Amino acid sequence: MIAVELHKLVRSRRTWITVALLNALPTLVAVLLAVTDLGPRPGTGPAFLSAVLADGKLFPLAAIAIVLPLFLPVAVAVVASEAIAGEAQEGTLRYVLTRPVGRTRLLVAKLVSIVAFVVIAVLVVAVSAYVVGTLLLGDQQGVASTSVSGTALSTEELAWRTGLSLAYATLSMLGVAAIALFLSTVAESPLAAALGTIAALIASTLLLTLEAATSLHPYLPTRYWLSFVDLFRDPILWRNVGRGTALQAAYVVVFLGAAWANFTTKDITD
Amino acid sequence: MITTRGLTKRFGQIVAVDHLDLDVREGDIYGFLGANGSGKTTTVRMLLGLVLATSGEISVLGQAMPASARAVLPEVGALVEGPAAYRNLSGRVNLALFDAMGPERDPSTRDKRIEEVLEKVGLAAVDKRPVRAYSLGMRQRLGLAGALLRRPRLLVLDEPTNGLDPQGIREIRALLLQLHAAGTTIFLSSHLLAEVEQLCTRVGVLDQGRLVIQEELATLQQPTGRTLVRTPDVQLARGLLDGQVEHHDDASLLVRVTDVAALNSRLVTRGVRVEELSPERRALEDIVLAATQPTSDQLTGR
Repeated sequence: MIAVELHKLVRSRRTWITVALLNALPTLVAVLLAVTDLGPRPGTGPAFLSAVLADGKLFPLAAIAIVLPLFLPVAVAVVASEAIAGEAQEGTLRYVLTRPVGRTRLLVAKLVSIVAFVVIAVLVVAVSAYVVGTLLLGDQQGVASTSVSGTALSTEELAWRTGLSLAYATLSMLGVAAIALFLSTVAESPLAAALGTIAALIASTLLLTLEAATSLHPYLPTRYWLSFVDLFRDPILWRNVGRGTALQAAYVVVFLGAAWANFTTKDITD
Repeated sequence: MITTRGLTKRFGQIVAVDHLDLDVREGDIYGFLGANGSGKTTTVRMLLGLVLATSGEISVLGQAMPASARAVLPEVGALVEGPAAYRNLSGRVNLALFDAMGPERDPSTRDKRIEEVLEKVGLAAVDKRPVRAYSLGMRQRLGLAGALLRRPRLLVLDEPTNGLDPQGIREIRALLLQLHAAGTTIFLSSHLLAEVEQLCTRVGVLDQGRLVIQEELATLQQPTGRTLVRTPDVQLARGLLDGQVEHHDDASLLVRVTDVAALNSRLVTRGVRVEELSPERRALEDIVLAATQPTSDQLTGR
């Protein structure tokens, strides 16, 4: 079933349109920076953006920082919400289940396919940002890139830290995927599930700005999303990355469990 | 092939299916009749493990459902409440995808089986157009193809001729008869009495969640012991058959006689011109209407 879901994902035009749209904003930003040569002052704007004018190889990270707070989670919410509610609305769910595909198996296959989508999206954004960054933005030949802490990073070090950041960005989306998958088993329409997920993320972002909600902050799904910046400190600051990983794992366990409990006992009447 | 014991399904306060004891035997073409909202679709969904019963037992192909779904369903072909497919993919790709799902996959014969079922349902010439562009009839045929793909022993079909033109209905009827002749048991849920009358060997009638009739069609349609006579000489015949005529109009009489041949010779020797003689059989429509209450989607004020 996992193979079938991946096949459907790759063949779906929507997948590639979504990925292309995800690339649009970072590319536009790169073009604007290249044309105007006006970077944000250090310490303002999305992470790494102030540094890319000098070093285009950092642009993949800047691109991820651009899409991670809103675009990527919205795309994940839309794709994940289709999982069950979309099949139910199209009527294919009853035929999938009578093949028979076990309900638990179907949920797992859907989650794997969503993760595959996130990986594809993150990789495409990173690769195209690397191409755009090195073509349009600064390319300091032979000069080492600098970490956020100001120390020099060798190309090799930059590569693996970038890889680690991409993995962390992918991981950060698991919580969104699990929430959307759960709502997809509850809601009748994929649209309702997607909007519900986005509402949860907006609530989380809002609570993070509220001092009165400080005690909740460590448990909010968006809290550690941008912690991948810590991977570019010297030495690497693992604390928040570790907490972010644990938090996403907790969200996956709770919401996938809820999705499983709901879906396996549900009457399929559509 | 299908037996249920006390099968009941409640949705909140509403009892959709009420202590149903179905008995579908091997080799049947079982017509499952009932008005809209009588619980047919809920029953079909319970048989296939889509809707979970409130109480009661279901056995399909001799194994408990939904517990043994993984063993049972690969041998069951189903069409539930209209066909469905991934709209942006072609019919062939859809069949291949559905065939790749679930247990007992057999990729080596997949292409061959796909061509075989497309041929059977009359879609052999279908091109690479996505299902989005299919007509309702083509989708119905594709749905049937999907049900037949694994060469099932049991077919559970819900309104299989929905959306087909008269020609298509005839083709599908012929196909079902051919499959039945090859040993497939067919459970056909329908509200089209004529379809069931032409196709089925056994009939179950559902009314407001209860099974009110379950019988061989031939038994249900046994002669009533009366004979219908069509003749231009109604008055003459009445005089001759005094006391045996139950009902008459300008061109026909209903006579309480079982021996049609004897009746014929008696009428003809006395000079009654006979146009038609036939033993009266009860129409399925009358049987069903007598056994059920007024249709449930009609709301009457009280």
